[in-house]
Amino acid sequence: MSVGTDFKRIIRSGLVNFSRNPLVSAVSVMIMTVTLFLIGTSILMNALLSFSLTQISDRVDINVYFFPNTPESEVLSFRDEVADLPEIISVDYVSEVAAIAEFRERHEDDYLTIQALDELDDNPLGATLNIRAQDAAQYESIAQYLEGVAESSDPIAGDIEKINYNQNKEIIERLGSVMATIQRLGMIITGFFVLVSLLITFNTIRLAIYGAREEIAVMRLVGAENKYIRGPFMIEGVLYGVVATVLTIGLFFPITLWLSKFTTVFFGGMDMFAYYVNNILAIGFILLVAGVLLGIISSFIATRKYLKI
Amino acid sequence: MIYFDKVAKVYPGGDTALEDVSFHVAPGEFVAITGHSGAGKTTLVRLILAEVMPTGGSVLIESQDTKDLHSGHVPAHRRRIGTVFQDYKLLHGRTVYENIAFAMEAAGRTDEEIANDVPYVLELVDLEDKASRFPGQLSGGEKQRLAIARAIVNQPEVIVADEPTGNLDPHASQEVMQILQKINELGTTVLLTTHDTDTVKKLNKRVIHLERGRVVSDDAN
Repeated sequence: MSVGTDFKRIIRSGLVNFSRNPLVSAVSVMIMTVTLFLIGTSILMNALLSFSLTQISDRVDINVYFFPNTPESEVLSFRDEVADLPEIISVDYVSEVAAIAEFRERHEDDYLTIQALDELDDNPLGATLNIRAQDAAQYESIAQYLEGVAESSDPIAGDIEKINYNQNKEIIERLGSVMATIQRLGMIITGFFVLVSLLITFNTIRLAIYGAREEIAVMRLVGAENKYIRGPFMIEGVLYGVVATVLTIGLFFPITLWLSKFTTVFFGGMDMFAYYVNNILAIGFILLVAGVLLGIISSFIATRKYLKI
Repeated sequence: MIYFDKVAKVYPGGDTALEDVSFHVAPGEFVAITGHSGAGKTTLVRLILAEVMPTGGSVLIESQDTKDLHSGHVPAHRRRIGTVFQDYKLLHGRTVYENIAFAMEAAGRTDEEIANDVPYVLELVDLEDKASRFPGQLSGGEKQRLAIARAIVNQPEVIVADEPTGNLDPHASQEVMQILQKINELGTTVLLTTHDTDTVKKLNKRVIHLERGRVVSDDAN
């Protein structure tokens, strides 16, 4: 007898069992869907929080404010000097004109502020340099270097109004640590739920096989080999995994679509739906592997008890 | 064919089911093992199927001592023996046809053989028009006939029937006995256990009588 025929019969038998026990199959699939849904949720949540953390750490920068009317050439030559430092990734120059334009735009609804600004003859804002480091850890030393310049006898020192690294730093660090804590806590909680639902899925499959223990005993008495008895149950396990994956992938469409309304506003502009759609193959693959493995392993362990000779 | 040589079976816990049981069943023979319940008939069947091992003596099927059977060879050993049980032991999730086909699949038979032989044995036990029914939809007699069909489909050298008429009415019992006799006439060895001495008397075959785990009479001696 060929391996192919054996395999074909095992698959057919698994398919027949799956369709002939609709209630048991439906319950197993639903329980497994919950597990896969939790796994999917933790993947999406992790992506969201990582994205937000990156966004936040991207916002850390050092702003060097110059007094109004500082000659542009001086600011630009200082910019070039700073930009040569190896730790620095970029230095953006915002001119006095650009600074006031940006300020007006930001306060366009604030009538009083705009009016006060209009009454001034001169531009009260100076030029700014926005300095970004390659690594968040380098800001401290960059800030120290800038402070040193501001206190030195260098001619530019007199033009620097303030350096606002410390103000940003605390807020950003606190926000960053809150986000990191949320991420860690989220992973622990979802990890716990995933573990619990894995156990529930395993138990559901075990119960389904417990219900078939007499059939297993009969098959053994008829002289069926273990692979022949166990195979169809494992195929059923695979089917639970496949159907549950399809259901879970389907479920995430409306959910991420709905969530993206909030994530684009609150989590630094991440479009959850777009992320899901772009990564659907990878996520689907992870869910499929998890579901199929869970089904196969559960069935294997659950049948072992009844197959001891 | 079947040899019991000074066989003893004591279950864990100390219950003695069989003690010093010796007999030999020749190929083509029809042997009835009788005795009250608890006499050790079912243990005898379980020993033949290598479900349990003797605690003393040896059980041989042909030249194979069941004690020497590697656990991986037990399925093949069981496929050499067609077994019929009092409680039928059918696969409830499968149709009449599939119950028989399963035994053939387990024996590694081809799809063509299955397609040919299943209808043939179904006809032999008069169940050809119930092929697509499930066991739950059959009467007791029909279930037992199905069990017999399953037992003979792989053409085993021996059929072991453990109280096959125990749950059946007299009419169904008679049918089952007739089928077993027919199988025997076609050359298959049949070993039957029963507590129903009347049925056995009508058969006019060799009878081994057990009492409290011991052979008290054997027509062969």
